[in-house]
Amino acid sequence: MFEIFGIPSQALFGQLLIGLINGSFYALLSLGLAVIFGMLNIINFSHGAQYMLGAFAAYFLLQVAGLNYWVALVVAPIAVGFTGVVIERLFLQWLYKLDHLYGLLLTFGLALIIEGVFRNYFGSSGLPYRVPDALQGGQNLGFMFLPNYRAWVIVFSVVVCFATWFLIERTRLGANLRAATENPTLVRAFGINVPRMITLTYGFGVGLAALAGVMAAPIYNVSPQMGSDLIIIVFAVVVIGGMGSIMGAILTGFGLGVIEGLTKVFFPEASNTVIFVIMAIVLLIRPSGLFGRGT
Amino acid sequence: MQQIAPMEASVRTERSRSEIVAFMLMAVALIVAPAVIYPLFLMKALCFALFACAFNLLIGYVGLLSFGHALFFGWASYISAHAAKVWGFPPELAVLTATAGAAALGFVAGAIAIRRQGIYFAMVTLALAQMMYFFAVQAPFTGGEDGIQSVPRGKLFGFLNLADQMTMYTFVAIVFLLCFLLIYRIIHSPFGEVLKAIRENEPRAISLGYKTDRYKLAAFVLSAALTGVAGGTKALVFQLASLTDVNWPMSGEVVLMTLLGGLGTVFGPVVGAFIIIAMQNYLAAFGQWVLVIQGVIFVTCVMLFRRGIVGEIASLLRIKL
Repeated sequence: MFEIFGIPSQALFGQLLIGLINGSFYALLSLGLAVIFGMLNIINFSHGAQYMLGAFAAYFLLQVAGLNYWVALVVAPIAVGFTGVVIERLFLQWLYKLDHLYGLLLTFGLALIIEGVFRNYFGSSGLPYRVPDALQGGQNLGFMFLPNYRAWVIVFSVVVCFATWFLIERTRLGANLRAATENPTLVRAFGINVPRMITLTYGFGVGLAALAGVMAAPIYNVSPQMGSDLIIIVFAVVVIGGMGSIMGAILTGFGLGVIEGLTKVFFPEASNTVIFVIMAIVLLIRPSGLFGRGT
Repeated sequence: MQQIAPMEASVRTERSRSEIVAFMLMAVALIVAPAVIYPLFLMKALCFALFACAFNLLIGYVGLLSFGHALFFGWASYISAHAAKVWGFPPELAVLTATAGAAALGFVAGAIAIRRQGIYFAMVTLALAQMMYFFAVQAPFTGGEDGIQSVPRGKLFGFLNLADQMTMYTFVAIVFLLCFLLIYRIIHSPFGEVLKAIRENEPRAISLGYKTDRYKLAAFVLSAALTGVAGGTKALVFQLASLTDVNWPMSGEVVLMTLLGGLGTVFGPVVGAFIIIAMQNYLAAFGQWVLVIQGVIFVTCVMLFRRGIVGEIASLLRIKL
């Protein structure tokens, strides 16, 4: 046990860990928002609700079907992603030619519906979800205690983030996707089915949110409003990072999580607001965001 | 130019006739209503109607979607409640203090938010409002979860006792009508025309030499100040300022009222506010389903009638409302 700036190392590294965990979720969610925004030009306000759906899907899989965490990690994102595909086909595809604001309003409405239904059946108290057996316990690193599950969340979200980055920036599919963002008409002329690509992109983005939800289930309780509190912070993260860059979204997400964690140690009163304050400062100094291109 | 000018004038009188008739009907309805409907409900609806009109000034006429108007509404109600209860201000001064406070907050938030456009503007305003929500949770004078309770309504101008329900209603109705006329005047002033030009084509407005950022900021401050009047009045009506008014669902509600009534219509926000408040009142027993119904209204409005109720009626009758 030692002290840094008069703060016990346990407390400092503990908050740093929480910061990294929160940062993982910020990164996964802002990544999904950025992918969706890049392709559909829509800010997906229901992203928080879909994150919550992911957590509930994991909960139901365990309680009703008896399927464990590892199955949920695969099944929940696919199932929730599929509901995303349905939403895109039913609603969003009619809005692309309109002002962007309508996409925001529509997805806000969807978020209210989803959250309202779940609040009606599950109230606002949280439901517990057990940490999977393989990840019980933790490591004593000498300067702090590291629970296995938390280490897994950080490592796995880094892997998912970089896999997504690789998919979009380094593969042929990603190249088509980026080309379709720039000039959909031309890409269609090359025989690529752009509308289907848009649909699947939305499904993928929503699936990412659901994946984050499954990972969050054992850490936070599974509750209907777990997403709506988070999504506003993620919006601020997205404004800070700018949505033009996938890597920007990832780095900003993790970075802000850590800053928030450190604020909890050194100046706890500001820990709720620090990200918003950073957003205001970034807007004043660099309006297009840290990694943004134009507005 | 000389040929065009009189024609424009005649078009204008023709157009605004329907608005004058509608305004008269609204004023008459406000006089008759308390005989039929519970005054407290009417006062609540009027405060929200003013809130929605102030919000509509931004979204409808400048094209800026603020998702953080709860910031001005909620903080104005805190300021008004604090002024009336702790400082012992008379009601008219409490509301004015709240208005000034909301305008100051609007100036700061607006200066930050107008640096981004479109979708980012909505996210920035939402985030700023959430920041001030957390501040309201922690700040000592807001009373945290309890809010500021049993705020005295006081005596208007020193002799009109607002504890009387009908006197309070008259005060609220007059404040509403005056602010409504002010908003109407702003929209139809040269300043309002520049705002509409910015909404339609900002680069062109810039190329014509308008400093659009200043106009946007001015509109934002006006909208925040008028929202402040609504929030400050509401605190006196309910004798309460609480976290509900400053939290993000409140921002969503005002968007919903305006969208349902009709974005960019003069009377739409009023109609939308009355419908939503009535709905919350009568469906309160259904608990969380109110949230679901609100979501369904959002989706229906966006998918099927984007002009809103008043907008659809106006286009059906080919009049301006």
